[in-house]
Amino acid sequence: MGAYLVRRLATLPLMLLGISAVSFALLNLAPGDPAEIVLRQRNPGQMPSPAAVSAMRVELGLDTPLPAQYVRWISRALTGDMGRSYVTERPVAAQLARRTVPTLLLTAAALGLALLVAVPVGILSARRRGGVVDVIARLAALVGAAAPSYALAFGLIILFAVKLSWLPALGYGSAAQAVLPAIALSLAPMAQLMRLIRASMLEVLGQDYIRTARAKGLSEQTVVIWHALRNALLPAIGATGVNLGYLLSGAVIVETIFTWPGLGQLMVGAALTRDYPVVQGFVTYIAVVVLLANLAADIALRIADPRLRYEREEV
Amino acid sequence: MTSDSEFARERLLLTTAAGGSRRRHRQWNALLREPGTALGLFLVMSLLLAGLLAPWLPLDDPTDINLPERLLSPSPEHLLGTDHLGRDTFSRIIHGARMTLLAAAATLVLSMTIALTVGLLSGYHGGWPDTALMGVVDLLLAFPSLILALAVAGALGPGLFNVLLAAGAVWWVGHARIIRGITLGARKMEYVTAARAAGAGNLRIILRHIAPNILGPIIVIASLDVGWIILGIAGLSFLGLGAQPPTPEWGAMLNDARPHLQTAPRLLLLPGAAIFVAVLGFNLLGDGLRDLLDPRTRRPGAD
Repeated sequence: MGAYLVRRLATLPLMLLGISAVSFALLNLAPGDPAEIVLRQRNPGQMPSPAAVSAMRVELGLDTPLPAQYVRWISRALTGDMGRSYVTERPVAAQLARRTVPTLLLTAAALGLALLVAVPVGILSARRRGGVVDVIARLAALVGAAAPSYALAFGLIILFAVKLSWLPALGYGSAAQAVLPAIALSLAPMAQLMRLIRASMLEVLGQDYIRTARAKGLSEQTVVIWHALRNALLPAIGATGVNLGYLLSGAVIVETIFTWPGLGQLMVGAALTRDYPVVQGFVTYIAVVVLLANLAADIALRIADPRLRYEREEV
Repeated sequence: MTSDSEFARERLLLTTAAGGSRRRHRQWNALLREPGTALGLFLVMSLLLAGLLAPWLPLDDPTDINLPERLLSPSPEHLLGTDHLGRDTFSRIIHGARMTLLAAAATLVLSMTIALTVGLLSGYHGGWPDTALMGVVDLLLAFPSLILALAVAGALGPGLFNVLLAAGAVWWVGHARIIRGITLGARKMEYVTAARAAGAGNLRIILRHIAPNILGPIIVIASLDVGWIILGIAGLSFLGLGAQPPTPEWGAMLNDARPHLQTAPRLLLLPGAAIFVAVLGFNLLGDGLRDLLDPRTRRPGAD
């Protein structure tokens, strides 16, 4: 375990450097002069003069060669300075920090909801294969995987906010306002987790150690919860990165629809106005979070599954 | 995205060997007997027909603005009513199928071309190009694809063409690794060694001896991918980055209809339903094809 941890942590700085390079390259390969874009943003409808454009290029530091720009960007980012928004001129790092809390609340609620439904339904579905629960669950998973989160969100708003007036449709601040966005965001990971848990549960229930546990005379409940579920959840831990991707991608759309003041809403606004420093900061931030989450999941998997520990350490 | 499950998937796709044509024929029949797959095939075929024939069907012009007839309810004249500019919704949905399919096909071709080039080069050549390319793949996998596509589309500026460039540019990453794995396995086969001993060049070996191994998995991946691509492109259009008004595209139609949520929810639900049906069709067909071409998933226990 120790050797593995050291090896994984040693590659981390290299991956972080690579992520920053990708984010930087992404927006510097884009056509158009950012200096001109900034000036057009600030004075809409006016054609900026060549003198103003070159002055702005100096102000933004775009007059130096690209490698020098990258080194400056990365060394500032290491001290927590991710530049300023072209549009609002506010520091990017502070905006990212402020918007993290709403996104964290929303994604945590959605993930909790997804697990709350996916785990019991996945177990029931696998235990009574072909039964009523199984058939309904598999149909629901099929629908959940094909339904676009944006259309679902509007469906929820139309039904629960407009027709029934049970819940507020938009805004941020109260628990009631979080219900609809959390449901809309949870459906895609819920469908994915349910399929995953059902499939791994079916596989685990056929293993020898389950037969042994039953033969020992343990109750069915003990066998399913303590012997089968523990192992069946391992692939779900392994899919943490994938699910985080689902949640964050979904948050971009769901936050925009429900005017939820999180990271996703910030990103969409920035992408639409070509606010490069914000887009760059957001993309880097998300990639680092996904990278660290994957690392945490791999370590958790190794702690939870002794088989993996021995396998790797012999190499 | 643990490497263990990745390896399992590669191994699993490796077993997708080509069978005899008579067996194939039997399998096709089995495919159609599966109700889900048959429904998927039906939905996809209807979609393709609608998309192909849209300009020649007796429909109203999908971009023809007619303000006196705005926000009409469904009637025999306008089967699904009209939108806030008096355009026929049914016509816009049908023409939207054409837009969606064209965009999805272009994205698929672009991403598959990159994935094949990178995967074959990496798996066949090995050595430092392999290390470098797989390093890039590992890096890109840390970025959720929709977010990366959103950033690229934002950098390129709004427009359907830019969105499909962006989607194609980010979608290949996982596939390149799968293709690399299959190529790596196929390269070590005895028939490849034999072909090389017989004097076949690299290109001939890749095309005649390695490519057939990749074909089955590629078909499965592509058919399971179309649904995701449709969702992604419509999502980007919905956010305002893809197709611009007045283009009849489902995601853009949803975005357009947002102010009419209370008065005409139909304008939001119809394009949403169209996206859902299209994605469901491709997913069902993809699942069926996977079961057909991938013997491992047919064993009991697998989903």
